[in-house]
Amino acid sequence: MPVPPPSAAPQPSAVPPSVAPRTLKDRVLRVTRRLGLTGRGGVILGPYAWLVLFFFIPFLIVLKISVAEPAVGIPPFTKLIEWVDGGLDVHIRFSGFQALFDDDLYVLAYLNSLKIAFVSTLCCLFIGYPMAYAIATAPEKRRGPLLMLIILPFWTSFLIRVYAWMSILKDEGLLNNLLLSLGIIHEPLKILYTDLAVYIGITYSYLPFMILPLYATLEKMDHTLLEAAADLGAKPWKAFLTITLPLSLPGIVAGSLLVFIPAVGEFVIPSLLGGSDTLMIGRELWNLFFNSRDWPSASAVAIALLAFLVGPIMIFQHFQGRDQDKGAAR
Amino acid sequence: MSDAPDPRPRPAATGPIGKSPAAKSPAVKFEPWHDPAAKPYIRIEKVTKRFGDFTAVDNVSLSIYRGEFFSLLGGSGSGKTTLLRMLAGFEQPTEGRIFIDGVDMAGIPPYDRPVNMMFQSYALFPHMTVENNVAFGLRQDGVPKDEIRTRVAEMLELVKLTPFAKRKPHQLSGGQRQRVALARSLVKKPKLLLLDEPLGALDKRLREQTQFELVNIQEKLGVTFVVVTHDQEEAMTMSTRIAVMDHGAIAQVGTPTEIYEYPNSRFTAEFIGSVNMFEGNIVESEPDHSLIRSAEAGCDLYVTHTAHLAAGSHCWVAIRPEKVSITKEKPAEADGGRNVTRGVVREIAYLGDISIYQIDLASGKRVRATAPNVTRRTELPITWDDEVWLSWRPFAGVVLTD
Repeated sequence: MPVPPPSAAPQPSAVPPSVAPRTLKDRVLRVTRRLGLTGRGGVILGPYAWLVLFFFIPFLIVLKISVAEPAVGIPPFTKLIEWVDGGLDVHIRFSGFQALFDDDLYVLAYLNSLKIAFVSTLCCLFIGYPMAYAIATAPEKRRGPLLMLIILPFWTSFLIRVYAWMSILKDEGLLNNLLLSLGIIHEPLKILYTDLAVYIGITYSYLPFMILPLYATLEKMDHTLLEAAADLGAKPWKAFLTITLPLSLPGIVAGSLLVFIPAVGEFVIPSLLGGSDTLMIGRELWNLFFNSRDWPSASAVAIALLAFLVGPIMIFQHFQGRDQDKGAAR
Repeated sequence: MSDAPDPRPRPAATGPIGKSPAAKSPAVKFEPWHDPAAKPYIRIEKVTKRFGDFTAVDNVSLSIYRGEFFSLLGGSGSGKTTLLRMLAGFEQPTEGRIFIDGVDMAGIPPYDRPVNMMFQSYALFPHMTVENNVAFGLRQDGVPKDEIRTRVAEMLELVKLTPFAKRKPHQLSGGQRQRVALARSLVKKPKLLLLDEPLGALDKRLREQTQFELVNIQEKLGVTFVVVTHDQEEAMTMSTRIAVMDHGAIAQVGTPTEIYEYPNSRFTAEFIGSVNMFEGNIVESEPDHSLIRSAEAGCDLYVTHTAHLAAGSHCWVAIRPEKVSITKEKPAEADGGRNVTRGVVREIAYLGDISIYQIDLASGKRVRATAPNVTRRTELPITWDDEVWLSWRPFAGVVLTD
């Protein structure tokens, strides 16, 4: 059935064609109409413009740098297109990408990043699920304050929180002092500057990103489904496994990707908490940019990382889309 | 429809459901509540449920017998759903005890009760197919796979959903979902099925059709049904007995006929159907009749139903609109001005099969009378602003004190 497009613009007949638009509003509306923009199009335009300006264009710049060659100067790479002797000279070099495979450092760093991100995501899931479940099943008036507690750490700078972990985990830090004074250990544990510290740091920092989407799916879950399961003879843990868990899958996927994707490229936590041998791709990227000043290789690393992560993002999109379809069908 | 003989008497006048006379076996009367030897299947003993300061169920005692189709009827907040949830085990009584099949249900969780429930929202598992929804209960009991398959297939056959076995709940219509919920709650062959507003989400036509199906299925499987409903028509047509609930307490328990014809309080009389209520005072109270003087009615009311009240006490007489006859001439059998009064027709609602008349009496009291449209509309003898006579037979009224 044809539905007239919703339009914020007044009916065209309201403005006589012979009379020139007088006000600014009229003029803007005329232009947008001529561009084929209805009210809905105009609303969507905003986010699109934002994405193009701050994501797509920077991405093209990075892509451009990745196929240039390093050079001494400012900027430290060769130009992509040059006028030489009245002719157009295009330089495209894949030496940056070549380096990714020449040196197994990068492959190892990628793999290690994936491993650290994966393990941290699992930790977040196992810690976050019970927390989200507890909040979602708490009395309604207590949920707000509990959620506030989850969000509260964001009020402190991320860097300060990571530094706080340094002072907790270091040899003479809070944790070691506590364990020593309790007599549980006799020698300080070496935690800071190890992979373990990185796991702790990432799990701690990204936990809210796991809890919030999980809470959102668990909270809107129909409680009578569990009653129905109990009524049909399912004991509580069985009802959890067969009803709650599958129905919270969209939340698990969303939370996991929100943790996994940024964790792969994490730079601050491994540099501050990790040891010199903690290989992570974010750190290598930083080294390439600022120590080697090899911008093309660094850009190539960034592009490759993006390519790696498109997969998980697409999975996320798939689940989201499915969830929305279901919602629409209801 | 099933060929099984209907074991219980159904008032023919109260609704569309009732077997053809041939299928009925009038000799067998299903009235275990009149049999002192019959053991109730459910015994609710002085059960009270409080939520904080709010008393949802107030000192309720009930006996429900095997094979009954028992309705808990009441408005919202009357405590009917809370009572049902206590039977299912989702709520524990604050006081009192509940026995099912002689077993005290205190502390027994829902998953260990011999009871299944059909939820008002149906509570179908959205991530499972129709088939898996129905199979869920059997899987919990570790029933062998082959048996699950056959029993689920039987159940889907019963509710006519076999072609939809592989669908997800969101791909079904409201009526189909309702039948999935019914199949799921019946597949474990419970002795007792609790139904919370089973037809509430269906439109009128589907509701009437489903009423038949519910009753047929209940008879075919011999399950005891306890149904919560706010729809009095639904309760009347399907139930063996009805408990009318008000503010957490039971106002009256009885068969649909008893509840309709002999309400024991103004609340029940007004909750079930519509009724004319005349306020008055007892003049004579004899074992076989009462005489009530009512200024409101504008005449003396002679009622064969007796309330055993002292002369002079204050009471009400409830008369159903269909028992009031409306005539232009003074009725011949007018008995000394008793049960006869006059008024002016103010409103007429033509419903096709019947017409509803609103008549103003001299006292200002508005009376409702219904009459079947046995003649055609155009020949209708009574019209607006006509002065008419209203009369009723001595058996029509019921004397009520509160």
